Amino acid sequence: MQGMSLIVKKISQIMAPSIFILGMYVVAHGHLTPGGGFAGGVLIAGCFTLLILAYGSSKERSLVFKEKASLIESGGIFLFLFIALLGLIQGTLFFVNIFSRSNPGVPGALFSSGIIPLCNIAIGVEVAAALFAIFITFAIMRFGEKL
Amino acid sequence: MNVLPLFIVIPLGAAFLIPFLVKMWRRIPDLTGTLATLSLTVLAFCLTDKINTARVYYVGGWEPVKGIPIGISMVADGLSVLMLIIINFIALMVSIYSIEYMKQYTDKAKYYILFLLMIAGLNGVVLSGDLFNMFVFLEISAIASYSLVAFGIGAEELEASFKYQVLGGTASAFILFAIAIVYRITGTLNMADVSKVISTTGLNSAVLFSALLFFAGFSLKAALVPFHAWLPDAHPSAPAPISAMLSGVVIKVLGVYALIRVFFNVYGIGTFNSILSMMLIFGLISMVFGGILAVGQKDLKRMFAYSSISQIGYIIFALGLGTKLGYFAAVFHLINHAAFKSLLFLDSGAIVYRTGTRDLEKMGGLAQVMPVTSWTSLVGSLSISGIPPFAGFWSKLLIIIAAVQAKHFIWAFVAILVSIITLVYFMKFYKMAFLGKLNESFAKIKEVPVFMSLPLIILALLGIIMGILLLPALKELIIQPAADVIYSGVNYVQTVLGG
Amino acid sequence: MIEYILAVVLFAIGLYGVIVKRNLIKIIIGLMIMEYAVNLFLALIGYRSGGAPPIVEVGKNQIFVDPLPQALVLTAIVIGLGTTALLVSFAVRIFEKYDTFDVRKIRKLRG
Repeated sequence: MQGMSLIVKKISQIMAPSIFILGMYVVAHGHLTPGGGFAGGVLIAGCFTLLILAYGSSKERSLVFKEKASLIESGGIFLFLFIALLGLIQGTLFFVNIFSRSNPGVPGALFSSGIIPLCNIAIGVEVAAALFAIFITFAIMRFGEKL
Repeated sequence: MNVLPLFIVIPLGAAFLIPFLVKMWRRIPDLTGTLATLSLTVLAFCLTDKINTARVYYVGGWEPVKGIPIGISMVADGLSVLMLIIINFIALMVSIYSIEYMKQYTDKAKYYILFLLMIAGLNGVVLSGDLFNMFVFLEISAIASYSLVAFGIGAEELEASFKYQVLGGTASAFILFAIAIVYRITGTLNMADVSKVISTTGLNSAVLFSALLFFAGFSLKAALVPFHAWLPDAHPSAPAPISAMLSGVVIKVLGVYALIRVFFNVYGIGTFNSILSMMLIFGLISMVFGGILAVGQKDLKRMFAYSSISQIGYIIFALGLGTKLGYFAAVFHLINHAAFKSLLFLDSGAIVYRTGTRDLEKMGGLAQVMPVTSWTSLVGSLSISGIPPFAGFWSKLLIIIAAVQAKHFIWAFVAILVSIITLVYFMKFYKMAFLGKLNESFAKIKEVPVFMSLPLIILALLGIIMGILLLPALKELIIQPAADVIYSGVNYVQTVLGG
Repeated sequence: MIEYILAVVLFAIGLYGVIVKRNLIKIIIGLMIMEYAVNLFLALIGYRSGGAPPIVEVGKNQIFVDPLPQALVLTAIVIGLGTTALLVSFAVRIFEKYDTFDVRKIRKLRG
């Protein structure tokens, strides 16, 4: 699909890193401020979507993007399952807060509240990859339309 | 105790392992799917010791504080264990069958991913002890089934799946609305806790409204008349193994099991007296409607789909009788129908695989070239119609006896009449498909490959010997605990919170 | 009380869209409105008068709104997203096959 004009390309080139970092901030501070995995993941996906919309991409490149996005999504879910199973391996129950005994954090600090930030990161990766894959699939479907 | 989360982790992990490994070996999806369902079936059978008590597992270790549950809990009592066995065993059969059948479609990897996701969702629904958790898993398996129905991307499949999705989405919105109202009234989402609070507040208009919304939502998922409009389109259009899964398992788990859990264990019959008569009436209408409409069908799988509506009507009718024997008969008929409808749909898949058509008028005389398929279809048809000594006869007999015991003589007579109609259309199916003159174009076809005939034979053998589940020793093992859970109603609270 | 009634009215508007409208896209929008109405209702349930957003600051002590419905709404929004994405991609495919969005003409299955 085609890209857009030069002004749009330049502006999105300037804005995209800021949006990406904002998304990562929302994901990482999910246990302190509103947001968390889902909202931050949507922001990160939005950043990549903006770049694809502004610059355009051919059908072959879109297919490659879709494959990679699907793989990253599966990886994100695996990461989440692995974190959940850590409790089981450690001898106690599922989804347990493995940090609560060894080094509990101070409420309000960034490195606190047990496994929640790790879960947020896994969910953020997964949601971003999934939404980007959905968008790229719609873009690819436009190639096959008969009007 | 630690086994319960595995029922969701194993299919989920296996489903997302497939994209990584499929690059190495092309047959990875078959292997992963079959291994996952096999391990789940073995685990489900391991749960049958201590079936009379409820195992409760608090996720994350958040134990109840002063008797009030504060975390997500997973509960496996008699009814859940029975449903787990049904889901995972039929999933194993379907998984083996799909190894050969899905070669006609492209992209087997995506099929197995979606299939395993659906299994994870179904397991989650029967194991959750929480209303909202049940809703989330219900949505997971529903979304996976929407994609699976439209797997061969033809025009008819897309239309059928679209209709299914819109109606299913409406049902989910109703269910979520009802959960919101329940939360407002009780302040908690744990099923045992909600039951405790509702028994004190009694039946005010908000509880009634939420109960009606729940009934509408779950009846739509179970395809009771008048909410059945999606089923005759969706089940024929899906690939045969998915039709077997949908008709044999999904409408029972998402519809009948959820109805039982919410209405018998959470709300309690005492609070909402007219729920039993509603179930009775809707069950009766579905029975008659499905049976009558199935007679005139020419499409093989559409006839089976209407027959599913009719048999689910039987199960809901038996539940609505309200007696102990009625609950037992309903559970037994549920097991039988799960086995037989899956068998019949897999048989129809075998016919489609070899002849390429679903139209009954084009078939004929297939018994000469496909012996295994014809014998297993005969067993399935006779059992659903209720001919002794197959298992279906016993369950229908129990339903009719339960109806007579509850003094509903007219309804028992209607049930017998519908049973005769069932026999009529199944005999029509068998005669048109298998007996008679062999069509010339089908003279050269052979029997289906081993991977497909193996599940057919296993399910048919089960059908013949499942009648022995009525023997007192085995009855106590599997069916009676499930019926006891339904009968105990709000004592669910005692088993979950007290034990 | 009036907010709950308005949320139910929104739900009824969505239901009207699903049942009455003939264009596929309008049916999808009706379904989306229904789901968002239920999410709105769920979020409204947690409100307590005079409550603050449920973010704990160390040392302060005040009335918070109920955080549980907010977590439920997060999950429900994502579920709605998945449903909508699937429905829209189906609508695009149906348009490729049938060349129309009119639901009365997409009727190959009968009986």
